Amino acid sequence: MALPKYTEPHYRIWHYFYLTICTFVFFFLIAPLFVIFPLSFNAEEFLVFSDGMKRLDPDAFSLRWYQDMVYGTKNPWGLAAKNSFIIAIFATLGSVLLGTVAALGLSSRHMPYKGIIMATLISPMIVPLIISGVAIFFFMAKVGLAATHTGIILAHIVLGTPFVVITVTATLSGFDHSVTRAASSLGSDPVNTFMKITLPLILPGVISGGLFAFVTSFDEVVVVLFLAGLDNTTIPIQMWTGLREQLSPTILAVATCLIVLSTLILVTAELLRRRSERIRGISR
Amino acid sequence: MSSETNKILTTDGIPLEESLKKAEKKNKIKAFLLVAPLLLFLIITYVFPIGDMLFRSVDDRMVTNMLPKTFKAMEKWDGKELPDEEVFEAFYFDYKKLVEEKTFGKLATQLNYEKNGFKSILKKLKRKMKKFEEGNYKEQIMGVHKRWANVEYWRALKRRTPAYTYSKYLKGVDMYENEDGKIVQVPEDRRVHKILWVRTIEVAFFVTVLCFLMAYPIAHLLATLPMKYSNLLMICVLLPFWTSLLVRTASWMILLQQQGIVNDFFVWIGLVSDDNRPEMMYNKTGTYVAMTQILLPFMVLPLYSVMKTISPSLMRAGKSLGGTPFVAFWKVYFPLTIPGIGAGCLLVFILAIGYYITPALVGGASGTLISNQIAYHMKSTLDWSFASAMGLMLLTGVLVIYWIYNKLVGVDNIKLG
Repeated sequence: MALPKYTEPHYRIWHYFYLTICTFVFFFLIAPLFVIFPLSFNAEEFLVFSDGMKRLDPDAFSLRWYQDMVYGTKNPWGLAAKNSFIIAIFATLGSVLLGTVAALGLSSRHMPYKGIIMATLISPMIVPLIISGVAIFFFMAKVGLAATHTGIILAHIVLGTPFVVITVTATLSGFDHSVTRAASSLGSDPVNTFMKITLPLILPGVISGGLFAFVTSFDEVVVVLFLAGLDNTTIPIQMWTGLREQLSPTILAVATCLIVLSTLILVTAELLRRRSERIRGISR
Repeated sequence: MSSETNKILTTDGIPLEESLKKAEKKNKIKAFLLVAPLLLFLIITYVFPIGDMLFRSVDDRMVTNMLPKTFKAMEKWDGKELPDEEVFEAFYFDYKKLVEEKTFGKLATQLNYEKNGFKSILKKLKRKMKKFEEGNYKEQIMGVHKRWANVEYWRALKRRTPAYTYSKYLKGVDMYENEDGKIVQVPEDRRVHKILWVRTIEVAFFVTVLCFLMAYPIAHLLATLPMKYSNLLMICVLLPFWTSLLVRTASWMILLQQQGIVNDFFVWIGLVSDDNRPEMMYNKTGTYVAMTQILLPFMVLPLYSVMKTISPSLMRAGKSLGGTPFVAFWKVYFPLTIPGIGAGCLLVFILAIGYYITPALVGGASGTLISNQIAYHMKSTLDWSFASAMGLMLLTGVLVIYWIYNKLVGVDNIKLG
């Protein structure tokens, strides 16, 4: 940001001070993530930069923790990853299905009691996770679904739907309803109209809501802590246990993989957001 | 003209007004049917269980049903001195039945919540009871342990008589109902929960303030920079937002440890000496630093979306009308960002007040919050009704803020990403 030539000196100083603060905040936000990368390639067992690493000595770096993550003895990560993906995928499907249908109803101007219903549907996102965890645990224990995949998937559908509802209603807010009316006047039945007209238009919103639901489930630990048995351990649970007991570099290897995964998701979400804005004609 | 002909009819001969009403009703039902599956699902798996928590937090029928004879005999007891033989006898038979059914352990746990030391004397009583002779149970029970002759324990027992109680809520704010039925505070050295409530609110408040102070400048920068730069910088905000909470907490654990990079840096610039590295983790500092960084994107995003809509020409107009840049900012720009500030602060405060994972990992003993206490009672002491009561007290606070948020911002205006 170049300042105009006539700027007075003390505003100039203030401006540079402002830029310094911004730099510091951006650094504060992003730098902690980059500590994980180099340390996960540490050849030693300690979570500090060894002298060799500071000298960029190739011997100080190794892939042994990645090896340990994949092939280690009594390794929990394989099962955890499998469980995490199964749970997250089914929870995402459930959230997207229920959330999208509900968002269609909520965006209709005929919807009665819109405010209170919307507030209820969003509440799992607002209520502290520990309370959701306790409540859902009591329920699942009562119906015999504690320590089962089904129980955890249902719990994650509860936590994931608010994101789908929010993103899809946001996409629908700019939706031109005359196109669906045009479709019906041309003889299309409602299901056909939805599949051929509405869905392709709101798809970016649906997918980005799905991504939110996926990340929520994939990263969720509080509710799973209450619900999971030994067979339902997930990546976050393993990380939680590891961080509480002993911070090993293997956890950093897993963390690096998770950062790569979240970068991929971020890129997808950003592309979708831009596409959606273009479709709705809000492009900048 | 008569009123009959005045009405406009549709082709079916039904008045238009009626026909429209019918169509409106049909549309309403259609819209509602679309929402119904999710609403029903949430009511069954979420709203109803939270109601169940409320029931659990006041439900005390278990103890009431375990000692029916005792509580009946206690009705006449005034609670001033040790109860009569009648109560002791009734208690003996109730407890004998529980020992036979092997459910006495549950009673011991429950009574120990009420008064510490109950568990051991109940276990001792169970062992000695086998040799009891018939009659004069008062003497025999009192002979088992001297605490059985202490009226305090019998008063504690009497307090568990009602089937429904609000005592767990009182316990949550360090109060209890004493023998005279008055609500009083527990002794000063045992007021643990009040400290936690105050600390939770304090941490949530200061994290919100810190987030606001850090988010405002960068949101402003993001909103005023040309698109190609701001998109790049936006990644710095969005990448942490999408990254696993545990990963971010882990990175803070590495940074803040005593041999960690932050401490190395402090030593390097000479702020602290090498052998006197400050403890920055497992205390409040750790909680503050990690929570601020983790919640910062939730402040930046609402601020950014509001600032994006403010036209830069307004600031130019303010300056051209004679205001200094500071005056123009304070009188023109800042008031326009207040909706964003409100949304961001409420969101961060709501999220911070119920935080569990980060305080549990980096908070240590002095940095844990009310959520950690709830988890502790769910997992360790297994006092589920107390955990429910504390949870609902926290929930009430959150719902009040949520209601304000809904009034001010509207839940349908929440923006993600």
